[in-house]
Amino acid sequence: MEEASNVSRYLYTLIVLFLIWLALTASLDPQELTFGLILSAIVAAITYPIFTTRGLANLHPKRVTYAIAYVPYFLWAMIMANLDVAYRVLHPKKPIRPGVVHCKTVLKTNPGKLSLANSITLTPGTITLDVDGDDYFIHWIWVPDEVLSAKSEEEHVERASENITRPFEKFLKVIFG
Amino acid sequence: MNALAALGEALVLIGTFFYFLSALGLIRMPDVYNRMQTSTKSATLGSLGVLVGTGLWAVGDGLSWAWFVKATVIAVFLLLTNPISAHALIRAAYKSGIPLWQGSVVDKYREHIEAKASPGAAESESTEEGGEE
Repeated sequence: MEEASNVSRYLYTLIVLFLIWLALTASLDPQELTFGLILSAIVAAITYPIFTTRGLANLHPKRVTYAIAYVPYFLWAMIMANLDVAYRVLHPKKPIRPGVVHCKTVLKTNPGKLSLANSITLTPGTITLDVDGDDYFIHWIWVPDEVLSAKSEEEHVERASENITRPFEKFLKVIFG
Repeated sequence: MNALAALGEALVLIGTFFYFLSALGLIRMPDVYNRMQTSTKSATLGSLGVLVGTGLWAVGDGLSWAWFVKATVIAVFLLLTNPISAHALIRAAYKSGIPLWQGSVVDKYREHIEAKASPGAAESESTEEGGEE
């Protein structure tokens, strides 16, 4: 993971904090904007070493576009997840076949792994139990036949990753590198 | 009453329906992992619906757009933090040795922990005991 210069990291933190201030106050009064800028500058000076390691490179247009495209994709997956939950909870026979499966990811950075874990938790039938390096351990409410019947460990990992992590990785790989 | 307020009311209704599903899931599911599974997802989407719906409803009733913006900020904050708390709870449940439901089919995490602990035989034994309780 490449380290950006301190100035670029500081500016990135400042921009993010100022955007949050804008949304929280929801006003464009110049007095509010000035005070928000001063407060963001102070907070950014204290927190930028732990907030980001890549600085302004995070605002690369391609990354921002993918991040915006990811929002409706993710919300759709989340709505499907809730319909799935509704089906399992309301069905009189409770169609569940839970188990803990093992997945691998291709993501390298920590923010990427965090957002993948969050996305997994909020999408159909899966919840992240633990992350250890590249390995994800995921509690699945309905382990499908093709994963259950896998002969070897590699096949199991391959099939589980195909179902769980691949759909998000194509976005997150670009957003978080 | 206008279109915006009606949309807000519909979203609040959908949100409360998912809250209801979340509470029902807590009663119906057999073990802590499945309960976590059903309650986290429904409660998160339910909160999103209720918060965004409240914002739209307020704007539709003639209040300022600040209502909608602030409600959306809260919704985004909840969306980012809810899965992390669920992950922390489910991991703590596993580490403190709560067993999976007897109908569970695979447990790769147990194998992973044992493989990691196998150099020190004493440690592997203690994790096994913790899991059986």
